[in-house]
Amino acid sequence: MAQTTTRHITDRKELEKYLVTKAAETRKKILELARIAMGGHLGGALSMVDVTVALYHHIMNLDPKNPSWPDRDRFILSKGHGAIALDPILAQVGFFPEEKLETFNKLDSPFGMHTNAHSTPGIEHSTGSLGHGLAVAVGMALGARLDGATWRVFCLLGDGEMQEGSTWEALMSAAQFKLGNLVAIIDRNKFTIDGPTEMLMALEPLADKLRAFRWNVIEVNGQNMTEILNVFEELPLPTSDVPTVVIAHTEKGHGVSFMRGQSKWHYGAIDSDLEAQAVQEIDATIPK
Amino acid sequence: MAEGMTFTIHDLDMLTQAEVYGKALVELGRQNKNVVVLTADLMRSNKTGEFAAAYPERFFNVGVAEQNLFGIAAGLARAGKIPFASTFAAFASMRACEQVRTDIAYNNVPVKIVATHSGLSMGTGGPTHFATEDIAIMRAMPNMTVIVPADSIETARAVAACVDLPGPAYIRIGRGFEPAAYEDENYDYTIGKSVLMRDGSDITLICCGVAVNAGVIVSSQLEGEGVSVRVINMHTIKPLDREAVVKAAKETRFIITAEEHNIIGGLGSAVAEVLAEEGAAVKLKRLGVRDEYSEIGYPEALYNRYNLDSDSMSRVIAELKEQRAF
Repeated sequence: MAQTTTRHITDRKELEKYLVTKAAETRKKILELARIAMGGHLGGALSMVDVTVALYHHIMNLDPKNPSWPDRDRFILSKGHGAIALDPILAQVGFFPEEKLETFNKLDSPFGMHTNAHSTPGIEHSTGSLGHGLAVAVGMALGARLDGATWRVFCLLGDGEMQEGSTWEALMSAAQFKLGNLVAIIDRNKFTIDGPTEMLMALEPLADKLRAFRWNVIEVNGQNMTEILNVFEELPLPTSDVPTVVIAHTEKGHGVSFMRGQSKWHYGAIDSDLEAQAVQEIDATIPK
Repeated sequence: MAEGMTFTIHDLDMLTQAEVYGKALVELGRQNKNVVVLTADLMRSNKTGEFAAAYPERFFNVGVAEQNLFGIAAGLARAGKIPFASTFAAFASMRACEQVRTDIAYNNVPVKIVATHSGLSMGTGGPTHFATEDIAIMRAMPNMTVIVPADSIETARAVAACVDLPGPAYIRIGRGFEPAAYEDENYDYTIGKSVLMRDGSDITLICCGVAVNAGVIVSSQLEGEGVSVRVINMHTIKPLDREAVVKAAKETRFIITAEEHNIIGGLGSAVAEVLAEEGAAVKLKRLGVRDEYSEIGYPEALYNRYNLDSDSMSRVIAELKEQRAF
């Protein structure tokens, strides 16, 4: 049965504080891994942390001791290069010991640049190539419907992969199949590798486009835990018949001043001096 | 053959490969509630519409969106279903190549891809709708089983046999008007094990798909002319029945492969790999499309052009004999 790490917290402020602290710990782990693994997708990893922490620690029904528990909610990281953020969160909630992450990127490690379902407990499907995850999530949601099950499928996409045609094929089909048990989240950090999305290949008006594709569209500050909780605690029922997409307005490189809002930190390596500077900034965000 | 699924030779004379596939799916759907069927706006062509009529809740038509077709199939497999996903072979292997490779083969989920209208069988449709690269593409994907049924009977056998495979499979069928290679369904069908259609001692024809029936006719014709032709139905391209290839290399003096595919990368290449690795001293000729985009025409005319019908195969063998090649 479900074992969220926040089940013992009854006070709302305490809950937010707990999650914000976990997000800060995740950011520090991302930086550590980028140092020891000689690089990582830092910008997009840092932007997705808060939503992903909220989902794994509080929103989703999971049993980390039994990763294949049939009634668990499913999570697909369509932006598979966010593994450097997701894998530490999986460790935090107990899918595997955190020390294991030290092998990140090394030969025979369970962990690498992109998610690996073969070797990482808690990863539902190996991803990496963009524009794939949402279709797989649609298939899972259809499977749940066939079984009369009420688990949800969450799919986190990068905004860059909203430029992939296959993503729009999947969007069209989720509405057609009335998948109210599917929740897509777009990490709208506004940058791809080569620059700002709106200069490279504009996505706006994104919310209007998604509404035109017959989705329930919610916009949220994806770096604000209060707002994130308000949205995910009030999702339509999985038995409803319109899929929901949450546009999480985020900041590439969030939490580290010299990385924020810059394409050059889409992927990068850091030394221990830079790491120390970043950790200091992140520690300052941890609520007392 | 799946329990309860029987076809008479009369049925099979009247039914195309796709129609048999459609009926086989309905039977599988009756036996196993986890069987689900998907297509991309081709339920009339590939006859999955029969399943749609019988089990509408387990049938998904995604419209003209082949990438989405295979991504959704992978997700259904992740949710414990056994998806059969069908579209034309050209689109399954090329338009949706990366979904098949990454979401199905790499993730190693049990999606069964039944690709219809393969090879040159679209005839007048031309190269945009031909698939003469698909065996090569699918064969290069780890975890993928690659099956090319010879006729309608074997299509039913293949579909039933792959249900229990733990991983993905690519089943490549034609447009469906191919003549029967088998007289009845009473033969041993095992994935990865070829079928000896005719024994012979001079040369061996290793065939798949539409070339199997042609090979059997050739063997009968040449028997009267003093040429003993062994015919092997290599219905599984991967894993290849290496033993049958090595045996043919030892017991006959020349091997010909015949496939409705480019001679690069398909059955001919798979056989050549085994022969080279085993150090077999035997000559090899690969029949099929010779690394070009095929002409347009009715399938029968194309099979003649690319040495895949019995007349052209007989001519090739007569020429080899004249050259004292065997």
